[in-house]
Amino acid sequence: MKKAKWVVPTIYIIFLMLPIYWLLNMSFKTTTEIINTYTLWPQEFTLENYKTIFTDSTWYTGYLNSIYYVVMNTIISVAAALPAAYAFSRYKFLGDKHLFFWLLTNRMAPPAVFALPFFQFYSSVNLFDTHVAVALSHCLFNIPLAVWILEGFMSAVPKELDETAYVDGYSFWRFFFKIFIPTITAGIGITMFFCFMFSWVELLLAKTLTAVAAKPIAATMTRTASTSGYELGLLAAAGSLTIIPGAIVIYFVRNYIAKGFALGRV
Amino acid sequence: MNKTINQKAWFFVIPVFVLVAFNAIIPLMTVVNYAFQETFGNNVFMWEGTRWFKQIMLSERFHASLGRQFLFTFIILFIQIPLGIAIALTMPKQGVGVPVCLVLMSMPLLIPWNVVGAMWNIFALPDIGFLGHSLNALGFDYNFTQQIGDAWFTTILMDVWHWTSLVVLLSYAGLQSIQPAYYQAAEIDGASRWAVFTKIELPKMKKVLTIAILLRFMDSFMIYTEPFVLTGGGPGNATAFLSIDLVKMALGQFDLGPAAAMSLIYFFIVLLVCWVFYTLMMRNEGNQ
Repeated sequence: MKKAKWVVPTIYIIFLMLPIYWLLNMSFKTTTEIINTYTLWPQEFTLENYKTIFTDSTWYTGYLNSIYYVVMNTIISVAAALPAAYAFSRYKFLGDKHLFFWLLTNRMAPPAVFALPFFQFYSSVNLFDTHVAVALSHCLFNIPLAVWILEGFMSAVPKELDETAYVDGYSFWRFFFKIFIPTITAGIGITMFFCFMFSWVELLLAKTLTAVAAKPIAATMTRTASTSGYELGLLAAAGSLTIIPGAIVIYFVRNYIAKGFALGRV
Repeated sequence: MNKTINQKAWFFVIPVFVLVAFNAIIPLMTVVNYAFQETFGNNVFMWEGTRWFKQIMLSERFHASLGRQFLFTFIILFIQIPLGIAIALTMPKQGVGVPVCLVLMSMPLLIPWNVVGAMWNIFALPDIGFLGHSLNALGFDYNFTQQIGDAWFTTILMDVWHWTSLVVLLSYAGLQSIQPAYYQAAEIDGASRWAVFTKIELPKMKKVLTIAILLRFMDSFMIYTEPFVLTGGGPGNATAFLSIDLVKMALGQFDLGPAAAMSLIYFFIVLLVCWVFYTLMMRNEGNQ
């Protein structure tokens, strides 16, 4: 029983890796090979698909656009959520519980409900097709999530820490930046991970709010799939490349995940 | 923790409040506007009262997509929650296996949703996809673009692939927070594996599991991109879940009134279920 324990996670990981492998496999094949034969690995290994993506600006600007608004959104979300989460974890104030639930309801709002009004709203304030528009619109679900996660981590820090600092003569902001934030770095790491993740994977709003200048990579992919027919190899290569930023982020926060998950609420 | 009463805390909350209100209240008011009025463009509105709501509530199309949505959400919760717990229980507790498992298992979570759809489309194609080809080679008549059962099977399998890891990560976090003393005590008492699970591990995981169920409920209830890319809601309308149907109505047919009414009903259902969950969760927290 004890020895057979690794079997379940291993099977699960193989199950997870299979579709990813298939995508990579397709991305290294030529179009003729994809259409004409069924092969478990590329017979004629080619980097042509990747070359197209890195040389064609409509492709690679898609990546830059996505990364640009995702990073912007992560910074805005965490920066705004930090003081708010502190307030929720330390103080009672008028309407705090209602406010907290109201914030959470925005995490529950289906983006499909908001797609059309967002389009009209951001057009009317002249932000349509900018990175800022996407970054701000993603705040709708990322800020509530950030507040929710950070509040869990902050509540796990004993209140004595605050009180000792004040006794030692720290001002509030000096305490907040010098002592409090360093003690919850794991929590901030986890929060950034989640904000990055949900902004990176979201497409419906990002696609609705952009046309050319800020078009995310994911939207470029759907356009290619529908207009130029069956360019599966190119599609697979573009898809494979979207996995990389996520993989890098996971690698950096891997220790936080193990430590942070255990510490806090999420 | 006993919290101090401090009304100035509102100043800390203002940035969050402004940013979210900017995104939530103004667009939501637009939806409300459309839901009660008829428009012919150019900002000309006519009051319609509750007509769109009645129309949606009585329409068979809405009933059908709502039914499909509940069935789908129920099935994936029923598979993902137990599976996630089982995998978390068998994961290594320390050593190099931990980061390896965590990194590999988080991978599906960070792939853009339309890429997930496209990836599964390629993976499940009956002629050149690994899954489709293998199933057909084994003698199943599998074609997810034409057969309703296969479309559902593929959509559910895709969602299990995509999101079970979230349940695993959360359950694993819950398990990690159990002190070794509990296990030692259980061993001294000669408790069975099942007893350890139901009496120690499950109660300790209750909080993270509530979050997992809540997150999975919300996200599966608003699922759009993955099935849209994989099946396009088809064959026919077999996998047209609520969001897909809504976008079709709002942006495809431009039936703004009914679409807005449907949005509000849709949002209200999600809100209601989550409120019940949230209240139960908070009450439990108060008791402990």
